[in-house]
Amino acid sequence: MKRSGAFPWVMMVLGLLFLYAPIISMMVFSLNNSRLVTVWDAAHSPTLKWYGELLQNDEILDAAWLSIRIAIIASTGAVILGTLTGVALARFGPFRGRTLMVGMTTAPLVMPEVITGLALLLLFITLQQAIGWPHGAGFITITLAHITFCTTYVAVVVQSRLAGFDESLEEAAMDLGARPPTVFLRVTLPLVVPALVSGWLLSFTLSWDDLVITQFVAGPGSSTLPMVIFSKVRLGVSPDVNALATLMVLLVATGIVVSAIWMNWQNRRRERDAQLAAAANL
Amino acid sequence: MNDQVCLKIENITKRFDDFTAVDNVSLDVQRGEIFCLLGGSGSGKTTLLRMLAGFEKPTSGRIVLDGVDLADVPPFERPVNMMFQSYALFPHMTVEKNIAFGLEQERLGRDEIHRRVGEILAIVKMGNYAKRKPHQLSGGQRQRIALARSLVKRPRLLLLDEPLGALDRKLREHTQFELLNIQKQMGVTFIVVTHDQEEAMTLSTRMGVMDHGRIVQVGSPSDIYEFPATRFVADFIGSVNLFEGQVQEVSASRLRIRSEELGCVICADREVACTPEAKVWAAVRPEKIDMTRTPPAAVAAGAGPENLCRGVVREIAYMGDASVYLVTLDSGRVVRVTLPNDTRDTESRIARDETVYLSWTTGSPVVLTE
Repeated sequence: MKRSGAFPWVMMVLGLLFLYAPIISMMVFSLNNSRLVTVWDAAHSPTLKWYGELLQNDEILDAAWLSIRIAIIASTGAVILGTLTGVALARFGPFRGRTLMVGMTTAPLVMPEVITGLALLLLFITLQQAIGWPHGAGFITITLAHITFCTTYVAVVVQSRLAGFDESLEEAAMDLGARPPTVFLRVTLPLVVPALVSGWLLSFTLSWDDLVITQFVAGPGSSTLPMVIFSKVRLGVSPDVNALATLMVLLVATGIVVSAIWMNWQNRRRERDAQLAAAANL
Repeated sequence: MNDQVCLKIENITKRFDDFTAVDNVSLDVQRGEIFCLLGGSGSGKTTLLRMLAGFEKPTSGRIVLDGVDLADVPPFERPVNMMFQSYALFPHMTVEKNIAFGLEQERLGRDEIHRRVGEILAIVKMGNYAKRKPHQLSGGQRQRIALARSLVKRPRLLLLDEPLGALDRKLREHTQFELLNIQKQMGVTFIVVTHDQEEAMTLSTRMGVMDHGRIVQVGSPSDIYEFPATRFVADFIGSVNLFEGQVQEVSASRLRIRSEELGCVICADREVACTPEAKVWAAVRPEKIDMTRTPPAAVAAGAGPENLCRGVVREIAYMGDASVYLVTLDSGRVVRVTLPNDTRDTESRIARDETVYLSWTTGSPVVLTE
């Protein structure tokens, strides 16, 4: 089948430009020698000097380190809570209050972030007055807030993964003599591992770039990377922010490419196995 | 005989909210037999099986296995294993690990487990596939692994949920005989649930037909086929012509039934408790009806026609070994007749639109009162 002319190609290029031109221009300007973001200093560019300056900037490095710690702890916590929720929703049958639980679990997906942030702020203040914990706003409150909204995503991913598996797998395990904890550890959990991995990565990115909710629950001296970038930009965009953002884009792109290659390889292997099995049909 | 009873089901009932899935079922299963529960979807056969495995709790009644009441025994402690319809092989484990899983739960030694896994793989002829994962196996191979996994624990009772349901036709026949072989070899009592009458007939030593949560009849396959107890059983197992009629005359060994839709009197051997003028049904299997171009001599001379009627062939379905004829009687009633194609002479066979006479012996009809 022959497609007519160059029209589809033109449209595709335009579409890609629309999506990626901003990011590309940002990456290009991160190599700019000039301090003025919008003026290209052709004489001395490209240069990596903003990347070098980035490494000297303690404020950014501290914020990045804080963000990484929060993201790792929050996504781990979210995976634990989200897995439990997802398993309960997918496997516990129509228990009393299930409908309510489904609603409450998925509500944060559609809740405006401002509201979630405000609610969490009020909760933390009340808690501090009532029981003296958490002590001040900062690392702990941000982490707790991130766990709250990331759990939802993990629960949804785990639940849909489990829904794809026959419930008789767990029954079979029990039938073969495994007690419920063994069934969970040796059958249910291994089945949802891919969901746990993607849930963790999803939570990590959500936590890593959350700004709105974090603004509400962060305290003095606990600025995450998105907060630092945002406040820097308000004072005028400086080229080192471009460099920082470029690094983040490259990191994410690498992750995506690696996982795409891996998934492609898995798919091919599965197809080959299925063909082998069909060929060996008794 | 009584000490041979392996499983005793006493007045088991299971209700889900206002729906009764299993309704007061009692059943004895002998040691070493293959008992088939046959029924359509929603007949309660799977629920009964799941109660035996322990996945459902009976609303009332008792399940006794070798003298032990299973009511409070959770599934993981029952000496009962189940082969699931979907096979439920663990997709993340190799064949070997799948089979070893049950033995690991018994905390057996590594060598013991290895030995028994090897043994059972040899029995199901899958020794070369120990390192494969389930998705690398064909349907028939998965079925064997599922069987091996449920047998390796040497259960006292093996439950099989539609064991051949997922296999294609050729494979089913082959697997059926293999299943019988393995059962004989291991001496395990099998309870098979199926909706496929052919599967039930060829596998089972005894079978129970279920309908709406009740067991309507228990017996050997030939008992159930030749002496169905109700119209449901007669119709469910194989195909049958059911003729409605009134009892005209009851004698010691004979029964005469006047059937308006048939246009003749049915004379049957069977002795059933019924009174004159009661409404009954005569069930005649299609292969037990004879079809001829001229009326049989013996009857032609008689006064009123008995076990004889006339009709026109409307449809013929050629099945190779036999042909099914649909004959429309003078009354408009359609009768199904099966004749073996015992010669290759296609010229002499009865053709469509021919007028034919249908007759049968007094031993053919089964008289049913419900």
